[in-house]
Amino acid sequence: MNSGGRLLALALAGATAALVVIGSMWPNKAAAAFASGQQFTTAAGTPEAAVRTLGEQIRAHAFERAYENLANKGEFSEQQFHRDLTSGWPDLRTYATLSDFQVQPLHATDTDADVRFKMQWSTVVGPSTSTRDLHLVKNGSKWQVQWPIQKEPVVPPQVIPVNYLRWDVISRSSAEDWGAQDVEAPHVRIVDMHPVQRAEGLVLLGELLNEDVVPAYVSVTATLLSKDQKTIDTEGSFDAISHQLLPKQVTPFLIRFPNVTLSQVGSVRMTPFSTLISASADPVIEIQNEKLIPAPDAALTGELTNQSGQIANVAHVLGTFYDKSGQVVWVGDQYVDHALLPQTPVAFRIHIPQDLAHKVSSERTVVATYSFGGSQ
Amino acid sequence: MRAELPSLLVSFALGITSVFAQSGELTMPKSIEAGAAFSIQSGGSGKGTLYIAGPGQFIKQDVQLGGEIAIAAGSLYNAGHYGVWLTSDSSTQIGSIDVVPAQKPSDITFIAKPSRLPVAMHNAITGSAYVFDAYGNLITRPMQVSFQLSNPGTSPQTRTVESRNGAAWTQMDSASREGKAQFVARVGDVSSTRIVGQVPGDPCTIKMSAKPAGNKIQLVTVPVRDCTGNAIPDGTIVTFTETYGDVKSTVDVPLKKGIASVEMPSHRGATISVASGVVLGNQIRWAQ
Repeated sequence: MNSGGRLLALALAGATAALVVIGSMWPNKAAAAFASGQQFTTAAGTPEAAVRTLGEQIRAHAFERAYENLANKGEFSEQQFHRDLTSGWPDLRTYATLSDFQVQPLHATDTDADVRFKMQWSTVVGPSTSTRDLHLVKNGSKWQVQWPIQKEPVVPPQVIPVNYLRWDVISRSSAEDWGAQDVEAPHVRIVDMHPVQRAEGLVLLGELLNEDVVPAYVSVTATLLSKDQKTIDTEGSFDAISHQLLPKQVTPFLIRFPNVTLSQVGSVRMTPFSTLISASADPVIEIQNEKLIPAPDAALTGELTNQSGQIANVAHVLGTFYDKSGQVVWVGDQYVDHALLPQTPVAFRIHIPQDLAHKVSSERTVVATYSFGGSQ
Repeated sequence: MRAELPSLLVSFALGITSVFAQSGELTMPKSIEAGAAFSIQSGGSGKGTLYIAGPGQFIKQDVQLGGEIAIAAGSLYNAGHYGVWLTSDSSTQIGSIDVVPAQKPSDITFIAKPSRLPVAMHNAITGSAYVFDAYGNLITRPMQVSFQLSNPGTSPQTRTVESRNGAAWTQMDSASREGKAQFVARVGDVSSTRIVGQVPGDPCTIKMSAKPAGNKIQLVTVPVRDCTGNAIPDGTIVTFTETYGDVKSTVDVPLKKGIASVEMPSHRGATISVASGVVLGNQIRWAQ
């Protein structure tokens, strides 16, 4: 080894040792909680401090300790508290971690207080926020949270007959002659496409129809061409689309082109992709009480109700927003972090950009659901 | 290409050899059909070696010079141009032969597209046929290829097309009734069959009715059909939308046994509409 390599090895070893010492002496709170459980802030001298302590315990998955400090723990079990935070059925929340939280005092007296507890969860499909308004009571010198438990709805044991169609696909084998017939890919059609200039770049909005009689796995790719027909950029819809379309079903799509302006674009080449997919027409999801909330904090709210017997573990709600002339002005989406149990409504809220909210006149909502052991 | 490389190398080597040796012309047919037997008339005397090299084939055979050398049937079967060399210690005789596809068609490769399409489409079904002999050579001489599309319950559509450069193609209409059509391409006594699924088109009209069901409304469509009377297949999505003031409820329901049925919240004065894909149905104003 030459002298340069030896010097680099020594420097790396020194840096590693220094980081180990720093990590041991001043550990990250969450890491410390995972490591020993002895490093939590246990301050409960104020309502905000008590809620912060609870938040840190939830973040560290120390549910037992969080439960022990609750004022109303006699009203529910630790398991019910755990399920309230992480879900009883496998869903997005089951695999989520509390990445951050905010505490906002609402009201306080000498003996009780109300605090808004806003939790930011990191899920496999991105951030998810949930808010609880907590009531706190003073017990001696210590403030304790009365947790507003939301008990998991219990679906009564029953047999629900389901006889919706299911499609399976058998494709040609590779051993067959080159001219042998194969199953036709589903016929899909872009029925609307509209570019929108946003501060972050160009956004293409549109709708895709499965005009075939078989289910399709779909995606859309767009290529922007300059006025001299040179390619500017190619992007896909990623998850801003319902990838599985049953016959005659329509999905919105949204494709983002960061740092591109509409004035640069001469034309757009749209490439819809479709392939056959094994699928089921079940479960059927009803979208109830859809309501457009005006600005500020413009949103589309509603409730999803699973009309079938199969539990939908993850639901992806896509909203298409139209202006008065029926043109698409925005496509928004939200993943619902709770499983859809049969006949149990679950709320959703899709944010609408404030500058577009005044243009929105109507909307159409679709839901894509995914069930463990299969998808729809 | 990999198969032809040794033949090319042999041809090259024999070509160089022949430049330095005394040469003569072999007497042999200019062309034969693939797989046919033929003979080569050689000059000289004594023992020699026959080399034949062509597309994907190479033959080496010890022969007696000064007589007829018989090449058995099935020896040369890949269509193309072959070089022939007959070498001895003192001389090399050269020749060439073209192997052409056999006259008799033995196989037909038939590509029918699409394998599934809506009913009543003009010239929407395409069939392309490629005719081959028993050795897989494309038969390039013109041949009459007949195409027949048979739909259950109707008379078949038939076209006869002359092949050009080994290929023939045609277009057919899809039938007005749904079902599986047999698409057959035939040349001589050789045929190939493909199945073309003819499926219903878009719904022609969608009509629903509503009746109270407890504190809900039960919405049911009449059997949904396309404009030629075919039942729209089960699983097709029908969207029911109920609008009450500024509140809306939507359900995507798959057709089951030809109809779509759903229960939605009951609101006096609510407007309910139904649609499937880009086709709108009737609208109901709920007055109960």
